[in-house]
Amino acid sequence: MLGPAILVLIAVVIPALVAGVLSRLLRTSLLLTLPIAVSVLLVNVFFFPGGRTELLRIGPIVATAEGLGFAIEILARILAISGAITLFYLVTRPAELVLDLERRGVSPQLGFVANASVQTVPAMVERAGAITAAQRARGLDTEGSVWRRARGIVPIVGPVILGSIAEVEERTMALEARGFTRPGRRTLLWAPDDSGLQRLARWFLLLALPVLAAARATGWLS
Amino acid sequence: MTLTLEKVSYRYAGAATPSLRDIDIALRDGEVLGLVGASESGKTTLCLVASGLAPRTVGGRLTGRVLLDGKDIEAARIHELAGRIGIAFQNPATQRSGVTETVFEEVAFGPMNLGQPLDEILERTSSALRALRIEELAPRDPGQLSGGQQQLVAIAGLLAMAPSHLVLDEPTAQLDPAGTTLVGDAIAQLALDGTSILLVEHKTDLLARVCSRVIALEAGRVAMEGAAPDVLSDPRLGQLGVAEPALVRLRRMAEGAGLDPARLERAEASV
Repeated sequence: MLGPAILVLIAVVIPALVAGVLSRLLRTSLLLTLPIAVSVLLVNVFFFPGGRTELLRIGPIVATAEGLGFAIEILARILAISGAITLFYLVTRPAELVLDLERRGVSPQLGFVANASVQTVPAMVERAGAITAAQRARGLDTEGSVWRRARGIVPIVGPVILGSIAEVEERTMALEARGFTRPGRRTLLWAPDDSGLQRLARWFLLLALPVLAAARATGWLS
Repeated sequence: MTLTLEKVSYRYAGAATPSLRDIDIALRDGEVLGLVGASESGKTTLCLVASGLAPRTVGGRLTGRVLLDGKDIEAARIHELAGRIGIAFQNPATQRSGVTETVFEEVAFGPMNLGQPLDEILERTSSALRALRIEELAPRDPGQLSGGQQQLVAIAGLLAMAPSHLVLDEPTAQLDPAGTTLVGDAIAQLALDGTSILLVEHKTDLLARVCSRVIALEAGRVAMEGAAPDVLSDPRLGQLGVAEPALVRLRRMAEGAGLDPARLERAEASV
């Protein structure tokens, strides 16, 4: 349990504190992990196979201390993963990431896929808004009972998805016409800021990876 | 430097009939060739064929030849054509790269892909923004612009690539009169600089202003071809589903009302 907790502290909490996003990180990360956390807690606390120390009994179901300990360990690991992902999302601009990857030799096409995927979301939301407004103007009820709302989803989701697929061909042609498929390196307009502290942090994390893996393998970090 | 279509016919994959039949067009340096026709007459298909995107990206079957400066474009790879033939589509949203955060980067996207030197990219981008008078949009998010602004940005992106041939498929479809005038000015300037332009437009006033020749398509065939003033004042244009320019309509009405055509021509000249 100690290992994941130390990891969360060093690799997630402290960097988030330095970046000034700790409260947003905790909020987002907890919200993301809440459904899985609840199920992990319930299953392990009440049904842990090796549980002997009884904490609580509800009829035939027994909550055990061993199950609780195991659930907390799993939760710490989940938090380490979700916290790291959330921190990455909160402090990294997709365009900067893609640009830097491309600067370091990663294929522009690969970067494009990653960046376009992120930037497609607002466009899809905008399209969905327009289609919802159009469907409402044609009498679609999107504000009634849950059943009515559920029925209203189909005429909105269908055109959003089909419209996006239909645009793919023209989008592809536009990219080709703008030389995107040209082999070789593109000229990049700018380079993201990369301070000495950031470089130091990257090297530290990179070196920490084999050290932690070795510590885990030797049993020093449980 | 010419873009030539020789006896070009084209059929989309799975289509029962060809969308283009026996098209012969030669687009010379500095020439603006207008293309009109009703919906489904083959205008957009002709744009795709002339730019080399059909059939290689769209699929389908092409017969005849498309020549760029005397060489069959089938031999060239699509990215090799990118710096030589530019194409603008009707829908500005699909022309956005989707990966840039500012209009400046969006306009620079094409030259960046072509690996041009940074100084040249900056100069071309600024120049393209200036040509369409949208410098003030440079720092803005391209995804947050109006349809008309997006179309101007898309055209600026083409101008920045400085192709020798431009294919514009209804570039002013989403533009207001001021935006249409700006695009017309840019087209006229590009033609003066030697760029040849194939311009598909429903706004025949714009064609009358910038085109030297006009072709009218009907069911994939060339139905009319000639000097812009002749084609655009031909009464048969209406039968092809094309509205005649306002000045032509005005002249016809004036003649119908018994007004002196000479006076009208003097008025036209002053316009």
